[in-house]
Amino acid sequence: MSNNSAGGLVSMQKSVKQLRFEAGIRRMKVSQAAADLKAFCLQNAHKDPLLMGVPSSDNPFRPPKSCALF
Amino acid sequence: MKKEAEALKTQIEAARKAACDTDMASAASGVAPAPRVQLKTRRTLKGHLAKIYAMHWSTDNKLMVSASQDGKLLIWDSHSGNKVNAVPLKSSWVMTCAYAPSGNLVASGGLDNMCTVYNLKTPVIKTVKELDAHTGYLSCARFLSDTEILTSSGDTTCALWDLETGKQKTVFLNHVGDCMCLALSPDMNSFVSGACDSLAKLWDIRDGQCKQTFQGHTSDINAISFYPSGNAIITGSDDCTCKMYDLRADQEVIGYQDAALNSGVTSLALSVSGRLVFAGYDDFNCNIWDSLKGEKVGVLSGHDNRVSCTGVPVDGMCVCTGSWDSFLKIWN
Repeated sequence: MSNNSAGGLVSMQKSVKQLRFEAGIRRMKVSQAAADLKAFCLQNAHKDPLLMGVPSSDNPFRPPKSCALF
Repeated sequence: MKKEAEALKTQIEAARKAACDTDMASAASGVAPAPRVQLKTRRTLKGHLAKIYAMHWSTDNKLMVSASQDGKLLIWDSHSGNKVNAVPLKSSWVMTCAYAPSGNLVASGGLDNMCTVYNLKTPVIKTVKELDAHTGYLSCARFLSDTEILTSSGDTTCALWDLETGKQKTVFLNHVGDCMCLALSPDMNSFVSGACDSLAKLWDIRDGQCKQTFQGHTSDINAISFYPSGNAIITGSDDCTCKMYDLRADQEVIGYQDAALNSGVTSLALSVSGRLVFAGYDDFNCNIWDSLKGEKVGVLSGHDNRVSCTGVPVDGMCVCTGSWDSFLKIWN
């Protein structure tokens, strides 16, 4: 019984220490954070093959259409 | 002390609320919708004889490793569709696999509680280390380099291992449920883990400290990934939703859900700009979400069983899905 409460106390102390740490961090406003995420996405969109589509000639998974077999 | 804990939790919630002046969807309302994404299957990789549980791309954008409970790791050349190597596993109960950034090593692990590392470059593939210290299953592994690997385990801990000594350098303790997944930050200084306690946690790799905890999910988090900018993470859960948490705002900024979806999320991967989220579900599909607007913009249907793993290579040229139907499919 007393072992349990000692273990419980240590665990509680750790929880409180962790919560104190997490409570102390600085938080950015969501509007600013969201604006940054949005900007990153849009700036990199043109480099995103899955978003832009891959022309057959550049697609390693698809051979170009013209394929002469003699 | 209990009172102090409760007071701190309230304080954290209040601080988050104070920073919450909008949400992602509202912030993105002016953005043009993502185009309807219709991807075709370009390759179906056949070779495994049982459920596929994991896959991971090599940094060369061509090779990939997959793990199946048929007791094998298969290395594939995704361009030709050919199998390049087969690694027989001591334990067939594999849950994860990883490709080292160098391409020299692969790792696997599962219900054997161990992470086994193999050298692909020796004339015959050799086991170079068996990392044995976790007291629960190995759910995920990711190489930082040829000398360090991160693991997550059902024993509720994550660990950083030294591959030269085979010992744990740092153990990350804080989750109260099985750790199911982990993802490395783009700058490699931190990582995030998702667990059965429905929390995601951000950790400093070097000092072992849990820096932030993200809540909101109501069930196990099975999949986690960093947004390419490194400032946000996306999680997928058995509660059938995915969520994006911004690290600097310390809170959820958008959720990806649909009333019609009642299957758990098993896996997820992002396109290189972060705009598209590929989420694999228990209902055999992989849904494609617009990360900014929270709308579903496409679906990858073709598997005959649960989609267990997804991955996008570094160059973003395609997405790979792996399934319990024993096949891997490459789409673009």
